[in-house]
Amino acid sequence: MTATVFGLLGAALVGIGLFGLLARPEPLLRILAFNLLGGGVFLVFGAVARRGAAAGLAADPVPQAIVLTGIVVAFAATTLAVALVLRLAEAEDRP
Amino acid sequence: MPPDGATPWGFLPLLAVMLPVAGMVAALPLGARWAERLALALMPVGLLLALGTAVAVQAAGAPLWHALGHWAPPLGLALRADGLSAAMLLAAAVVIGATAVFARAQFGTPAGAPEARAAFAFWPLLLGIWGATNLALVANDLFTAYVALELLTFAAMPLVALDGRRETLAAALRYLMFALLGSVLYLLGAALLYGVAGTLDVVLLAGRVDGSLPVVVAAALMTAGLLAKTALLPLHLWLPPAHAGAPAAGSAVLSALVVKGSFVLLLRLWYGVLAGIPGPAAGQLLAALGAAAILLGSVAALAQPRLKLLVAYSTVAQIGYLFLMFPLMAAMPDTETAAKAWTGGILQAVSHALAKAAMFLAVGLMAARIGHDRLDGLAGAGRAAPVPLLTFGLAGLTLMGVPPSGGFAAKWLLLSAAIEGGQWWWALVILAGGLLTGGYVYRVLAAGLAGGGAGPPAPRAAAPEAIALGLAILSVLLGLVPLAAFGLVQVGRMDMLP
Repeated sequence: MTATVFGLLGAALVGIGLFGLLARPEPLLRILAFNLLGGGVFLVFGAVARRGAAAGLAADPVPQAIVLTGIVVAFAATTLAVALVLRLAEAEDRP
Repeated sequence: MPPDGATPWGFLPLLAVMLPVAGMVAALPLGARWAERLALALMPVGLLLALGTAVAVQAAGAPLWHALGHWAPPLGLALRADGLSAAMLLAAAVVIGATAVFARAQFGTPAGAPEARAAFAFWPLLLGIWGATNLALVANDLFTAYVALELLTFAAMPLVALDGRRETLAAALRYLMFALLGSVLYLLGAALLYGVAGTLDVVLLAGRVDGSLPVVVAAALMTAGLLAKTALLPLHLWLPPAHAGAPAAGSAVLSALVVKGSFVLLLRLWYGVLAGIPGPAAGQLLAALGAAAILLGSVAALAQPRLKLLVAYSTVAQIGYLFLMFPLMAAMPDTETAAKAWTGGILQAVSHALAKAAMFLAVGLMAARIGHDRLDGLAGAGRAAPVPLLTFGLAGLTLMGVPPSGGFAAKWLLLSAAIEGGQWWWALVILAGGLLTGGYVYRVLAAGLAGGGAGPPAPRAAAPEAIALGLAILSVLLGLVPLAAFGLVQVGRMDMLP
């Protein structure tokens, strides 16, 4: 039951993030939308982890490891994108 | 799957991944001067590892396989090098090695000179792209492949913006946005596949997925994500400004290798994980996009006023050829025709990698020699920069598909597979694309060979010119390799497994 709720929440986040990434032109908003989208994907992965319960485990550990790695990658991507936006703003300020 | 966790020589692909990654990490504290020396020292080692992998795969007639830490999938992660990986590993080692030697002129730190910031960034990034490409080629796990894709983007994006101008920063940001969208879609598809099968190992997945709805949705998401990274029309918008804005050595690696990493993963997905599942309509759709890329990309290249943009649009067109193999593989599965389409597609990837790297390096040399890269001011380039112009022409032969070039062999295989499979309309696209390619190559050669315009000949840059020419000659000679030798790329094709 809770897994379904988390899965649906993840789907909603993916929808919002995808819309933001495709429809908004502002770089900072698109970076935030990418983070929402990533968060949604991680929630879906978490809901998927519940299938390990069928094998007698409390939860499947592999998706958790994957989500952790994914969060690190998404964080790195965000910092890179923000650094790029800052450099771009600097370049535009220059005459 | 061998019981002891690895096939003989299974450590070769592992080393091929570890070597550049370790080099990248070591290069950061070393500084620009020693990073350059380290990168150049690693090139021959990496080439030997790629050669060794190819020989081992060919000799065994089976893929090399290595479970990391001897933990077998589904709990552990495995690396698997089949014929496709081996061929692309070799191409990557050659292109990266040539680019590194070429880049010494621009990013080298001569004795006594202070270390420049761009040089300090370039060498670790080059090693990073190499390591990520190799990982994408040998990853046998969809999540490892995701990490490889992200590493590839993170290493390639700064290369675009290396000169720090406003336009290149904007191009890099646009590239990053497309790439991030692509990788998130890919990851969402991987999550759904994990939910269906409980593993992300490519070999294990192949036996566990069927044509159910979650699998189809996952396949669509992952394919869309990988297409955005491969820059197939209509998701190509980021490519021309990014590849044209990077320094010559950067453009060469970006066009030759970075877009091929995601293409190889697409092949793994379609002909490994999902072997036999996507219907014929899906293949036709991909090829229709490819055909549109060939025609529109070539026409756009014809209309470009600047050399680098022309070459970048030519990449958009040549990527289209790669996707013609999808319906041809499906036309007559498990036959000689499918094998021809497979070999043709991979040969196109390899020969385009060599030719496009040569072309970008040649264009960079010409632009440096005459001070700009506008096509209308190219008159006299034949006298001021004869070797780069010759390099451009030779690489153009491969892109056009003129015998005996590698591009000819690739396009001939695709063409005959199209005829044999009864899909003649793709043959027409291949021929029309060749003519259009001839058009834009002729435009450059004609402009360059026109007399007058240029001042006194600039000082020669012998080593970079020889490197670019060598790559172009290699791309032409590729077509002289007897076709039987291309049996290498058939090794370990997963759609052929019983």
